[in-house]
Amino acid sequence: MIGKLDIVTLQQIWWIICSIVGALFLFLNFVQGGQTLLWQVAKSDREKSLVINSLGRKWELTFTTLVLFGGALFAAFPKFYATSFGGAYWVWMLILFTFILQAVSYEYRTKPNNFLGARTYELFLFINGSVGILLIGAAVGTFFTGSNFTLNDFNQVTWTHPLRGVEAAFSLFNLSLGLFLVFNARVLGAMYLVNNVDFKGVPEFEARVRKSCLINFLCALPFLLYVVVSLLLIDGFATDAAGVVSMVAHKYLNNLLAMPIVLGLLLVGLFLVILGVTRTSLGRSTKGIWFGGLGTVFVGLAVFFTAGFNGTPFYPSKVDLQSSLTIYNASSSHYTLTAMCYVALFIPVVLAYIAYVWRQMDSKKIGMLDISDKKAY
Amino acid sequence: MGEIDLATVNWARAQFILTAMYHWLFVPITLGLSFLCAFFESMYVRTGKEEWKHLTKFWMTLFGINFAIGVATGIILEFEFGTNWSNYSWMVGDIFGAPLAIEGIFAFFLEATFFAVMFFGWERTSKGFHLFSTWMVAIGSNLSALWILVANGWMQYPVGMAFNPENARFEMQNFWEVLFSPVAIAKFTHTTSSSFVVGALFVITISSYYLLKGRHVDMAKKSIIVASVFGLLSSLFAAFTGDESAYANAYTQPMKLAAYEGLFTGSKGADLVALGLLTSGKKVGDGQDPFAFEVSIPRGLSLMAKRDVNAFVPGIEDLVYGNEAEGIMSVAEKMEKGKAAIADLAAMKQAGKAGDEPAKTAALERFLVNQDYLGFGYLDTPEESVPPVATTYYSFHTMVYLGTFFILLTLLYLYYSYKDTLEDKKWLLMLGVSSFFLALFASEMGWVVAEVGRQPWAIQDMLPVKMASTNIGAGHVQASFAIFFVLFTTLLIAEIKIMLRQIKIGPEGV
Repeated sequence: MIGKLDIVTLQQIWWIICSIVGALFLFLNFVQGGQTLLWQVAKSDREKSLVINSLGRKWELTFTTLVLFGGALFAAFPKFYATSFGGAYWVWMLILFTFILQAVSYEYRTKPNNFLGARTYELFLFINGSVGILLIGAAVGTFFTGSNFTLNDFNQVTWTHPLRGVEAAFSLFNLSLGLFLVFNARVLGAMYLVNNVDFKGVPEFEARVRKSCLINFLCALPFLLYVVVSLLLIDGFATDAAGVVSMVAHKYLNNLLAMPIVLGLLLVGLFLVILGVTRTSLGRSTKGIWFGGLGTVFVGLAVFFTAGFNGTPFYPSKVDLQSSLTIYNASSSHYTLTAMCYVALFIPVVLAYIAYVWRQMDSKKIGMLDISDKKAY
Repeated sequence: MGEIDLATVNWARAQFILTAMYHWLFVPITLGLSFLCAFFESMYVRTGKEEWKHLTKFWMTLFGINFAIGVATGIILEFEFGTNWSNYSWMVGDIFGAPLAIEGIFAFFLEATFFAVMFFGWERTSKGFHLFSTWMVAIGSNLSALWILVANGWMQYPVGMAFNPENARFEMQNFWEVLFSPVAIAKFTHTTSSSFVVGALFVITISSYYLLKGRHVDMAKKSIIVASVFGLLSSLFAAFTGDESAYANAYTQPMKLAAYEGLFTGSKGADLVALGLLTSGKKVGDGQDPFAFEVSIPRGLSLMAKRDVNAFVPGIEDLVYGNEAEGIMSVAEKMEKGKAAIADLAAMKQAGKAGDEPAKTAALERFLVNQDYLGFGYLDTPEESVPPVATTYYSFHTMVYLGTFFILLTLLYLYYSYKDTLEDKKWLLMLGVSSFFLALFASEMGWVVAEVGRQPWAIQDMLPVKMASTNIGAGHVQASFAIFFVLFTTLLIAEIKIMLRQIKIGPEGV
């Protein structure tokens, strides 16, 4: 059945799937956000332990989603995988280093004889949540601001900037997007902790977490506004029917107007995040994470859809416009996209068992009993 | 295509060796110990005895310490194909990307989700669900091995695909051929079964240490019984699948087989060298005897490789210089055809750009005649098609000797456990303490055979490694190599220190 679809439809389906995985990753960044909140909201070892143990049960989901994001892009858009990872070498390497640090930190932080000491592992977690997310934001920013590469006849990439990708972080737009993601992750982190931790006996700890949600949202706001306003004003990269790339005024504004669903996702998403913040910080609700999380997913989808649809190259080159990657020239073959669509039919099953398991595991909040267990982080 | 910068290629190679071998220090333990934990916990659920629960928790603690660093060293491999081997990623991404994505969807989430239950769900879920989760972690880990080994198997034996000259890349034609390729199956079964041996010997090593010290004797003995049964069955199966791999190699990668068997000149009814020292300085075609010393099994190689004692097994020289009688084309001839294919591909691109359709069609037709030899066009000399023989040969033989030793060792452990005299056999326990390190070494050597024996190819006969790397200065790759080296070594020290302390603390600490 799927095999009957034309290649353009398959390419669009795969851009949607990759966008969903990417947007879910942004939601799951509540783990990274929580990591950077650690020193701020937890004042005693006990509070710290509650935060770490609450996040420590979810970090692998975020990590695995990142790995899947890489794998899905490789399978569906191999030219992007080859061009971006090989070209923007250092920005990706630095991101990966921070995730390598994260992967051992939960398990090793409180183990006896751990060589580096608990504070170092906490620092690793902080680096992952700050530098790692900032650079991911900068990398996503290049979807709109462009990168420095050319492709030859055989689609081999030459990067023309000596910083090999790190230059992305020196653009105000990319940097703002990165900082917005860092603060948004902290907002989500606070919402998640409010939902997941049993605060019995430590009300002042709970108050601190709830307050940090609002403060971080206020910190995120100027960066968000800068990104959104810039996006509406800047010239954007556009491809015509023949695949020729040119700069078009207000391209991304045009995209949002041409795709009202995407505009809707963006607005509803932002509204839901705000709702999550008010419910967490101004009310007593523990459900803010669901609003904030869904809102983040919507905003993420809007970002990726604006970048890739409506005749827009999602990985543009600013040094050679015609080398820019679109979802149509960067994709796998019809056969591979079809085969992978069948595989993707299992994604709902995966989501279902994850949801089932976590309903079982989270029916009781993380409390004192959990952190005194010898298995605790 | 662009100029080749060999310094970059070699540093990218070094980095892959470093990261893959580091990662592989931890993976076999995960693959084997996950099943052992599932066995131990099944015993607990069946018998309801607390001592089995205690024992399970102890091994799970060690599993968790190992798992964390396995995850840390693994993430880079998913992205390294892009960062260091971007030409490769573009040329074969249409085929190679799929198993990696499937690995994420089918295996990693299974591991990640149920790992949390396995560690933190003892009080939060039912006994049955917890056991189910432990099994899911074991199955998920081994499923992830399946998909990455399918990807690796495809590099060794590229099937189910065709070259698309328009895009200058290989494209998938048949997913099932990729998944069920005989090399992929041999690779998966051999890699997982040998990893089960590593996991079993991990348990035997630590338990033997306890028995020698007279500590946690009951737990150690119980663990040894389960581990030695699992280890024995797995090592027998590993021997069987190893033989299957060699048989597959005879058809798919005869050069690799010739290299690890040290067979320079092919013959009918070829002997199998059981024990031998290679002549140092031996070069292809120099007429020297390849072995300074050897003990051979008559006609053994023909039997192993072709299942026929009289069959012809080609040697390295037959494969390089050709053997008309056996219908083997020389590499020089393949190179000529390959160079023609490269020229025609370039001509096709030029004609396409100039809008000269007839010239484009003509170039394409010429290209199609020689396209199977495209990869050979990038070789500089016929001898370049020969992998490093000594490294491949010695790694292979070390692996085989150790594999045989593990069969014997697990058999002895089982026998003395049955007689209940294991504690008195100090010599065996001392041997047992060393066994995990030997197993890990054998496992790494297996990868050396597989990967060094494949040189100079990234994709067998299709794409040489030197054409696969990213166009990036060697300095960048050196820098990231240095960072990986420092980072992974630091983490390894931490892991070993933590692991040793946990072993010292013993099951009371969990």
